[in-house]
Amino acid sequence: MDEVLKAVFAVDGAKVNFGAVRALDGVTLRVMPGECVGLVGHNGAGKSTIVSVINGGLTPHEGSVASDGERLERYGINAARARGVRCVFQELSLCPNLSIVENTRIMHRDLGGFGWRKRAAKIIEKSLDTVFSGHGIDSGRAVGDLSIAERQMVEIAMAFSDAGIAPRLVILDEPTSSLDASLARQMLDHVRRFTATGGSVIFISHILHEILETSDRIVVMKDGRVVAERPAQGFDHHGLVEAMGTVARGEGGQRSREQSTAPLILSHQAKGLPFAAREGEIVGLAGLAGHGQTELLLALHAAHSGNWLPERDPLVTFVAGDRRLNGVFELWSILRNFSIASLGDLSRRGLVLANEEETKGADWKRRIEIRTPDMDNRILSLSGGNQQKVLFARALATRARVVLMDDPMRGVDVGTKQEVYAIIREEAARGRTFIWYSTETDEVRLCDRVYVFREGRIKAELAGDEVNETNIIATSFEGVAV
Amino acid sequence: MFRLSSDAMRLAIPALSLTLLLAAVFWMQPRAVGYVGLNLLFNLAVPIALATIAQMLIMAVNDLDLSMGTFVSFVACVTATFLRDAPATGVLILAGAIGTYAALGVIIHLRNLPSIVATLGMSFVWGGLAVLLLPAPGGQAPDWVRWLMTVKPPLAPMAIVASIAIASVAHLLVMRSSLGVLIRGIGGNQRSVERAGWSIVAARASAYGLAGLFAVLAGISLVGLTTSADANIALRYTLLSIAGVILGGGEFIGGRVSPIGAVIGALTLTLAGSFLSFLRISPDWQIGAQGAILIIVLALRLMLNRLEKQEKRR
Repeated sequence: MDEVLKAVFAVDGAKVNFGAVRALDGVTLRVMPGECVGLVGHNGAGKSTIVSVINGGLTPHEGSVASDGERLERYGINAARARGVRCVFQELSLCPNLSIVENTRIMHRDLGGFGWRKRAAKIIEKSLDTVFSGHGIDSGRAVGDLSIAERQMVEIAMAFSDAGIAPRLVILDEPTSSLDASLARQMLDHVRRFTATGGSVIFISHILHEILETSDRIVVMKDGRVVAERPAQGFDHHGLVEAMGTVARGEGGQRSREQSTAPLILSHQAKGLPFAAREGEIVGLAGLAGHGQTELLLALHAAHSGNWLPERDPLVTFVAGDRRLNGVFELWSILRNFSIASLGDLSRRGLVLANEEETKGADWKRRIEIRTPDMDNRILSLSGGNQQKVLFARALATRARVVLMDDPMRGVDVGTKQEVYAIIREEAARGRTFIWYSTETDEVRLCDRVYVFREGRIKAELAGDEVNETNIIATSFEGVAV
Repeated sequence: MFRLSSDAMRLAIPALSLTLLLAAVFWMQPRAVGYVGLNLLFNLAVPIALATIAQMLIMAVNDLDLSMGTFVSFVACVTATFLRDAPATGVLILAGAIGTYAALGVIIHLRNLPSIVATLGMSFVWGGLAVLLLPAPGGQAPDWVRWLMTVKPPLAPMAIVASIAIASVAHLLVMRSSLGVLIRGIGGNQRSVERAGWSIVAARASAYGLAGLFAVLAGISLVGLTTSADANIALRYTLLSIAGVILGGGEFIGGRVSPIGAVIGALTLTLAGSFLSFLRISPDWQIGAQGAILIIVLALRLMLNRLEKQEKRR
């Protein structure tokens, strides 16, 4: 109990569910004063969720949050800020249309009153000078005019700035991803200075040597749980990678086919290693989320579809990952949602052949088992997994020989996943090519060949037996030799 | 090399187009130069400038107000009737209207409604109320309003002084004050404002309330110029105000607005009308020609934006 009393911040047994997905499964995390806690884990480990819990953006469904030994019942964003919890997010969290000074005003609520511009300028300039001495950024410039590295510097300086309430716990979520080596070094040095004066830091990074050098203690998360927690000296690169992966799991379902003789169907000069796909191949795109996989899919799609007019026989088709955003037509029936991509084949002289559309719909409904009494029901009457199946059917019903998949199985139940995997394998056996971006290692292992992305580049190509969790995690994180 | 900030660039084009247009008008009609001439050219710009500022406040939070025209008409009708005959009731009605604007902002945010639909609906409400008040053109402007709009300040005519005053007040409010920063911040990145612990509802309500206030001022000043009102007096203001914001360097989304630019935009739009009359273009063609001027200015801006982007990439 003594530890809880001293902790700047303590989360006890936090559980968070998003629908059927368990994002946090009883996480206990303590941050002591003057400590830098490194937090690592692969996609879906629950890092972002625990960060949201700590900064007050999310209330855990179970478990408790305490600070300075005091259990916080009504904890929210303002309570977190009042206790000096600050956060640097992975994505840009400044207003691009405002100047740096104005953004400082937004970040510090109690800075108002006459002459706030001068005070804000002083605060942010002091912080920028402390963290990145010799930065050369004018605080009057609009954030939108800054380079990405400069923006990130401003965000980091913003988190460490002091306008009345001193920062006590700073959460850094991939803070160095757009900084070059010397700037990253400056930031890490500041983290050490900050912790030396009693401040606490939670540090998330995919660059393992940064974590190992800077942290006092490293917490490894996987599947919404803390799987390892040790002082930083207790870890090395390989130890970390091993802790992030599964220790032992059945190798069932893995494909091992010799494909290298099939003709090439698609190639693309991506950043890093060149990308190529063969006929009938399932190519996986792996790595941490947001490291350039979706961009490659979009580039492939753009390169092989018409700019103005649709092509008669497009080579590629797309299965969207974010159903709500760019997948389903919410007001349409299941049938319409299914047939939209192949209407060209289903119509004559500009008119849709209703009978053929229905036949084809019924055919696919049977083939992939869409669970509905009537294809004319609204698409939203289906469960998420079945909606996703409709999107698959939409893509498979076209004549496109390459199917691009943008992490389509997010939030889909296990049973549906197995059914879709079977369909993919069957279609691949018939010569279709699948290019599959997935954030789930189990899915990546179904692929014949895998490209691992890091920082927008293809960093490694794994084939056959090399496709396993350890290799994928090792190449996803920087600073590990494969 | 001296580099213009992107805000200054944003202002340069509207200022340039206004100067060009003004030069062309003076060249064609030398008698327009001078105190009286300038006042005549610009006095109708005052209500448009106020309505443009109102629209700009709504656009700063990524929304759009399609009820601006009917709302200004409604205010004009209230001004020409209640505000003259029963000032206390008139003030109450106008305050209620501003309150309704703020409430609309709250509802749009809480229910996550598209502002276009909500304000389009409100436009019928305001239009109906205006017709109830003044079924036929009539009413009379209160004397103080009439005096205010015809006052002859020394040095510069009323229209110019008023435009400068509107631009300065709006600039202070939107660009310099904390509230203005907050409102523009919502347009730029609502999530980050939320994460800093601000109440988005309150900020949106104040943006809409302020917009209502400026629109009320637009209606009052319009009646001061025309002396009487009519339920359809300001229907054009919806599109004029949007065009004014865009001409002045504002954008539909992203919280990028410029109050000084918006006033300049309103002046440009008013002047474009006079310019076309001086060209002896028949009124039938004037609207089309006004559209052409708009397209030219916007094309210019797109081109400059592209140049800027290319430079940044390098």
